[in-house]
Amino acid sequence: MRREVPVIICFLAGALFIGNYFSPKLQPVAQVVNQWAIICIAFAYVLGVANIFRINYQVITRKGKDWIYKVVLIVGLILMIYLGIFRGVKEGTAFNWVFMNAIYPMQATMFALLAFYIASAAFRAFRIRSWEAALLGITAVLVMIGRVPLGEAVWKEFPPFTEWIMNVPQLAAKRAIMIGAALGAISTGLKVLIGLEKTYMGGE
Amino acid sequence: MNFYERLMQLDRRWIYLGVAIAVTIPVLAPFKVPVYITPEAKAVYEFVENTKPGEIIFLAIDYDPNAMAELHPMARTIMRQSFSRGIRLIISALSQNGPGMAEQLISQISKEYNKKNGMDYVYLGYKPYPGITILAMGQNFRIPFPTDYYGTPLDSLPMMDGVRNYDDVKGIISIVAGNIAEYWINYANGRYKAKVFFGVTGVMTADYYPFLQSGQLLGLLGGLKGASEYERLAKQEGVATEGMSIQTVAHLVVIAFIVVGNIGFFMSKKKKR
Repeated sequence: MRREVPVIICFLAGALFIGNYFSPKLQPVAQVVNQWAIICIAFAYVLGVANIFRINYQVITRKGKDWIYKVVLIVGLILMIYLGIFRGVKEGTAFNWVFMNAIYPMQATMFALLAFYIASAAFRAFRIRSWEAALLGITAVLVMIGRVPLGEAVWKEFPPFTEWIMNVPQLAAKRAIMIGAALGAISTGLKVLIGLEKTYMGGE
Repeated sequence: MNFYERLMQLDRRWIYLGVAIAVTIPVLAPFKVPVYITPEAKAVYEFVENTKPGEIIFLAIDYDPNAMAELHPMARTIMRQSFSRGIRLIISALSQNGPGMAEQLISQISKEYNKKNGMDYVYLGYKPYPGITILAMGQNFRIPFPTDYYGTPLDSLPMMDGVRNYDDVKGIISIVAGNIAEYWINYANGRYKAKVFFGVTGVMTADYYPFLQSGQLLGLLGGLKGASEYERLAKQEGVATEGMSIQTVAHLVVIAFIVVGNIGFFMSKKKKR
């Protein structure tokens, strides 16, 4: 029953929401199940935090690789949980101060580094070894020029030309990829609903 | 080793230095650049502009601080435009690290226009798993958010009187970085037929043109350029417009590196033969 009960729950929940799409009479039941799902997901966060503690504690006690950073992680986690629960999270609280002065600039910095990595990749890895790569390279350069004001300064029709690239050939290729991915998602979803796909349960 | 082979072996730190110098120049010597307004950006502006005072727009601030540089100017400009026109806002922040950042923005802009929480705007905050939250809000905002971010029951807020779900708002503008965007299209528009507009990061922009063409998405602001277009339309030129000169230089640098890298590649191949 350990493997059958989750499959039955998965099928019933999936059938309910699919049915709710076609029949408004199922809406009251779907509303209640939605609320249950939100509560279950909140518990999943608790499980995630417990897992982080377990894994990093093992590395710290064994003095494994980069164990000092694991100590920083655990101390930071405990500190933010304490501040958030006991001192509140609103503007003016210590939690908010740490967020705005530590997490916020660190996240923005990590994203800003991408500009340097992109420039490095453009120089070291973007090699035109084939006709397809040449087409990609030329289109990329045209779109990069057209998407900044320089494009309009060079040629008045550059921005509309860039818009045409985005709205016609790019869109056609993107749509084909999306339809393929959507058909794959439908297939996988059906397999999960009817119990053919059980990888979400883990184990054997 | 000839010049081209040495060029191909160039230490990446020189490339980083080149980029750093290039993007610093427009900061030290600012210059203005024209901004071409795209139809999809104009569609977002006109939606807000055509919303009557007193009507409600749902503004979803669905990004983390790492996307702030591109998306904060959009959220700021839309909020200022809305408040200046007397439009009321229901605001959510469905990205994990976004609620505090969104609260700071709301607090700052609402003070500028003397707008009151519960009367002129409601800030719902964050709930986990955006897909379920967006689906649930289509039935009733109170299902995932029985209280607002500050713990006040929604039913006690004057603005939420008679406001149940997406049918009671003019439309949804989601400023988003990440896969939350797909949930707005699939559930808010696909299931509940709400009008959806996006502001997304530059790298995500291309992904949503198919939805623009199909009509599932009614407007799109793409990256810093989209933010600068919106600032220009709303006559609130600020950080995004200033950033366009820096982005122009950055794009030129990347193009130059692509060209130089390939010249080095072809010349070194030719020499080897």
